[in-house]
Amino acid sequence: MNKPEVKKDKSMILQKEMIAKQFQDLATAKEKGKKIVYTFVPGNLSELIHAFDMIPVYPEINALQSGMRKKSGSFIKDAEKIGYSEDICTYVKCDIGMMLNGNIGPYGEKIPPPDLLLLSYTGCFTFMKWFENLERLYPGVPVVMIHTPYQEAGKITPEMVEYMVKQLRDDVIPAMEKVSGVKYNEDKLKQILSYARETQELIHQIFETPKNIPSPIDAYFAGVYYIGPINTGFRGTPEAVEYYKLLLEEINERIKLGLGPVTPEGEMSEEKFRLVVEGPPNWTSFREFWKLFYDMGAVIVASSYTKVGGLYDLGFRHNPEKPLESLAEYCMNCYTNFNLPQRIEILKKYITDFKADGFLIHSIKSCNSFSAGQLGMMRKIEHDLGIPVGFIESDLVDPRYFSYSNIKNRLESFFQMLSQRKMLVNQ
Amino acid sequence: MEKLNQIIQTCAAIAYDINYTYSKNWKSKSKDRVLVGHFPIYFPREIVWACNGLAIGILGGNDYKEVVKGDAYYQSYICHIPRSIIDLALDGHFNGIDGFVFSSICDVMRNLSGVFQIHNIGKFSKYLDYPQNFKKEIGGEFLKRELEDIIQKITAINGIRPDIKSLNNAIKLYNYNRSLLFEIYDIRQKYPWRLEAHELYTIIRAGLYMPVDEHNKILENVIEEIQKDRNQPVDKVRVIVWGAFCEQLPINLIKSIELAGCFVVDDDFLLGSRWILGKIEDNTDDPLGAIVEAYLQKSIFSTSVYDVNNPKEKRLVELAKKRNADGVIFVAPSFCDPALLDIPLCQKECEKNNIRFVFFQYSENTGQFKPIKEQIGAFADSIKLWEGVS
Amino acid sequence: MKYYLGIDLGSTTSKAVIIDENEKLCGRGITNTRANYEVAAEIAKQQAIYNTRFTLLKEKFLKNLLHSSEFQKFFNDLENTFQYIQFKDRWDKLKIEMMKQVSTLFFTEKEKLKNILQNILNELDGELKHKYFNENLGAKNQFFRDIVSEVYNQKLETTDKQYFEPLMNCFDKSINFVENEYVDYNFEDVLLQSIDILQDHYEYLLSKDLDEINTDFRTELEILSGNYKEWKEDVLSHIKNISNQNIVIANMVGTGYGRALLPFPQDCIRSEILCHAFGAHFIFPNTRTVLDIGGQDTKAIQVDKYGMVTSFHMNDRCAAGCGRYLGYIANEFGFSLNELGPMTLQANRETNICSTCTVFAGAEVRELLNMGEKKEDILAGLHKAIVSRAMSLIARSGGVFNEFTFTGGVARNQAIVKYVSEFVRKNYGEDIKINIHTDSIFMGSLGGALFAKRNLNVSLNSKPEKIKN
Repeated sequence: MNKPEVKKDKSMILQKEMIAKQFQDLATAKEKGKKIVYTFVPGNLSELIHAFDMIPVYPEINALQSGMRKKSGSFIKDAEKIGYSEDICTYVKCDIGMMLNGNIGPYGEKIPPPDLLLLSYTGCFTFMKWFENLERLYPGVPVVMIHTPYQEAGKITPEMVEYMVKQLRDDVIPAMEKVSGVKYNEDKLKQILSYARETQELIHQIFETPKNIPSPIDAYFAGVYYIGPINTGFRGTPEAVEYYKLLLEEINERIKLGLGPVTPEGEMSEEKFRLVVEGPPNWTSFREFWKLFYDMGAVIVASSYTKVGGLYDLGFRHNPEKPLESLAEYCMNCYTNFNLPQRIEILKKYITDFKADGFLIHSIKSCNSFSAGQLGMMRKIEHDLGIPVGFIESDLVDPRYFSYSNIKNRLESFFQMLSQRKMLVNQ
Repeated sequence: MEKLNQIIQTCAAIAYDINYTYSKNWKSKSKDRVLVGHFPIYFPREIVWACNGLAIGILGGNDYKEVVKGDAYYQSYICHIPRSIIDLALDGHFNGIDGFVFSSICDVMRNLSGVFQIHNIGKFSKYLDYPQNFKKEIGGEFLKRELEDIIQKITAINGIRPDIKSLNNAIKLYNYNRSLLFEIYDIRQKYPWRLEAHELYTIIRAGLYMPVDEHNKILENVIEEIQKDRNQPVDKVRVIVWGAFCEQLPINLIKSIELAGCFVVDDDFLLGSRWILGKIEDNTDDPLGAIVEAYLQKSIFSTSVYDVNNPKEKRLVELAKKRNADGVIFVAPSFCDPALLDIPLCQKECEKNNIRFVFFQYSENTGQFKPIKEQIGAFADSIKLWEGVS
Repeated sequence: MKYYLGIDLGSTTSKAVIIDENEKLCGRGITNTRANYEVAAEIAKQQAIYNTRFTLLKEKFLKNLLHSSEFQKFFNDLENTFQYIQFKDRWDKLKIEMMKQVSTLFFTEKEKLKNILQNILNELDGELKHKYFNENLGAKNQFFRDIVSEVYNQKLETTDKQYFEPLMNCFDKSINFVENEYVDYNFEDVLLQSIDILQDHYEYLLSKDLDEINTDFRTELEILSGNYKEWKEDVLSHIKNISNQNIVIANMVGTGYGRALLPFPQDCIRSEILCHAFGAHFIFPNTRTVLDIGGQDTKAIQVDKYGMVTSFHMNDRCAAGCGRYLGYIANEFGFSLNELGPMTLQANRETNICSTCTVFAGAEVRELLNMGEKKEDILAGLHKAIVSRAMSLIARSGGVFNEFTFTGGVARNQAIVKYVSEFVRKNYGEDIKINIHTDSIFMGSLGGALFAKRNLNVSLNSKPEKIKN
């Protein structure tokens, strides 16, 4: 077969450069006297970290990158050898395994040890346990934790915000001042937050574009690349604003030309199915997984996973006028911090607004936060909307849990069911 | 029949009844009584008692509930307890229970609260997000509001708003309950054969389904009985069983550990009943504040509590020393992230302190005990042998 | 007349079904799925075509068949003999192959070993024929490997222990080769041979005294004395016509676990979910829920009034609760799969089984046996455990609201059927109608054939695919 030449968009090149620079900064951080903060992606306090001129490192990004580079399998086994159960979250095991192997990151460079462990965990209890394990691995490194309350009643109350702001003011900021040697500067934070606000507006517009038919982007497989900068360290930087402006321009151009999404094998020719997907992707076989969809002409028009770093479509933006309050609200506004009834409503809205033909759950063995209760959510969505649903299972970074033929078999059946349904509707 | 045997039998009939008949009978005696189901592990039952209610423990279906619907809700890689709970709920076992409180111990329990909300099970489903910040003015304030929220939900049902007196009274009763439990553990420290671990488990568990003063009487009787000799002091090793956390061990599994040659001198079974180490102030103008203060300052260690300033593995080793234990048996439910993530930390600390340990996973409906018995037997033998040599 | 073919390439068995343009079921074929999927598909298809010719032949004698049970018996014998000839052909090849293999074995008393094998094979010649005719194996969809290995194993058990290993080895090395060979038979030739063999067989029976043979043959003997010769002439008069009739397969659809390996163009391949549902719905048009338990997968499927799938659920990645699991269990107890169901039905109660994990179940079974639990009670517990897993999938897919149809190879196990019925009635109401068809295992291929006939194109891939012929 003649492989069509895949042309790289400018935004893709720009993103590559940004990530390369990020790793370079990391590699030279110690010599430049910059402090390193280990923290997690969902509900991260990147703006605050930047306000103290420190550099964030996200263990789960290392884990997923290790997964994509086929390194996670052996890391996980190494962690299991020292007593970590086969049953537990594989991000944690991958991270611990990486540390056991000298903390060499996914790109082959040594990741500098932390100067501060900032435990801000949103929507996942295992993060806390992960951090307890990290603390023991880095004895003596200062630790600070901020507890994000769950939206158990389906809303964020002023008391919840107050609880978080107090933690920021009393615990987090003093710890950061101490480690960085920099005094908290609210004006600087406000400036960063205004950039963050801009990127949030832009990415919101980007994830609205799949409402077009055909959709100009894949909001899941390509979406995970799009959320990269905003979720990991670039939110609140002018570079990110630049990147998302460029990306949005490119996508708007595609809409004008009536083009479908770009896949690793070039442009998708025909949009046959529009799907909403719930759950993170698999990283160890990411390309094969994606291919199963675009080969069938399936486009993901909206996904919950791309909202783990914030649900901007529900209206949240950072507010430079209320810096700490808006940091708190941001933390509570990540997808897995919403309760199940809220998650159902969000997904139903996506299915309706983006005119999806089907709803698919990719359930992750590792991630109880996403997975526990998903089957009930699915039933409810199927019942309320009468939409065809599908259910497949694998894992984040444990290659042992990605069964290609199993997933292919289920997806084929799912797509055939969808096309039958379409045919009947058309008759 | 021996009095203690009788007590245990009575308790068993109450403790393992998945229709919660005893509690429901209590409720039926008066119109304004309520039942609040609470999930593992800790919940300040005092506040429900003060509202003329009974907080009852929802501990899953163990191996006596056939699970069909639950498997429809949970994938194979999620622990067992939420499936039996859903099965119980959908089969109507919870009818008559007014509301449910889920403690923030893990993502599975958190999401289970959502499943309850989706199905409108009970009049309310509250996820009680315990603060992981232990400062009075930060985490304390937050927790107090959470507890007030629960009280409001109960008041909305029966119209009873607890006053300072009723709260203080409830605190007194539960303080007494805890002190009796600790006394039993202390007696068993000296004479573990007088009351076996599975018997004690049954007695404590029954306390989750009856008024606290009734349970206090039972405990008083138990203490009286175990002052006397009962059973033979055979040659067994002294162990602490730790890690069980939320999903209940099958009672036969506890028995198997004992049959394999162990005295269980401490454990974390039904830890919620012994959560507060010491007394909650019972004579203040701010009883809710006292409950919160005790939570922040006097909680026992557990996997669900962030422990940076007081590492749990150190506290476990202390406990082992205090109980003069020969070893630790780590047990953890399959697919339980919190419990399983603690195990390597605790094992490391045990190694450092030359405390022997063994570890196995189980689930609430585990049916085969032979491999576990063999493992524990070998563990116990190795301890005895090792002690003989040294 | 045009014909349509559906092939269901399962992980354990491969099935083929042929329907005509009136959607009448004409032929079915089944074989075990081997290492070589293509051969399995070919053989299943070949069997379905032979079966279709028999159907056509039967149509010529419709009146006789309807009114004379003796004639029916004759016809069945004929079909059985037809199967036997193919079986015998394979058996002869196996014998040759085994004698070849035994020479290559490294064994000190090789000559002695050869003699022993030769003797065993000679004895089996007669035994197999007897078994085939007495037990009417041709109609039972039993596979060459299963029939032969059962009798061969019995022989080995009575042979000196030291020869067991090499002789077993010899069989294992030969069977795959023989099994994976596809032989194209001429229908007419084989049928004529069948008539001859059957005649010999009948004459042999006639030569015996009544009390020497089984009383079951009494009716048979009565036919033989009367009409046999006449019928034979009748059949012969149609043979040419039927044998030369071209069975035109106008369209075909492949499905099943191995469907991607079928030499079919892409748009002739359908998911087994759709096919099983379609087949089941065709036979039982009021079906709204289909449970299919196959070798590798368990599927709970909801269909609409057209037989179109509205939702489905499959078991997760482990094979617990599928046909394979029953295979492991049978192994653990040393039974054949066919014996499991009847044995289980003798249970008085169900032992509580916790582990439906194939890896752990073995250990649990052994422990339970040690503890004195009865075999049949343990089996009952295991069967119930499998069914409860399947019922979870049903619950996941939304439950049972109307007629419920149970399909797949496992539906042949009566104990499973019993528990499925119990569960469905208990959870979804006593008045739910439960359908189980004797041909349950063919539902997927039937659905495929129907898709082929109705040309319900489910185009999946616009890219041109290579078409293999």
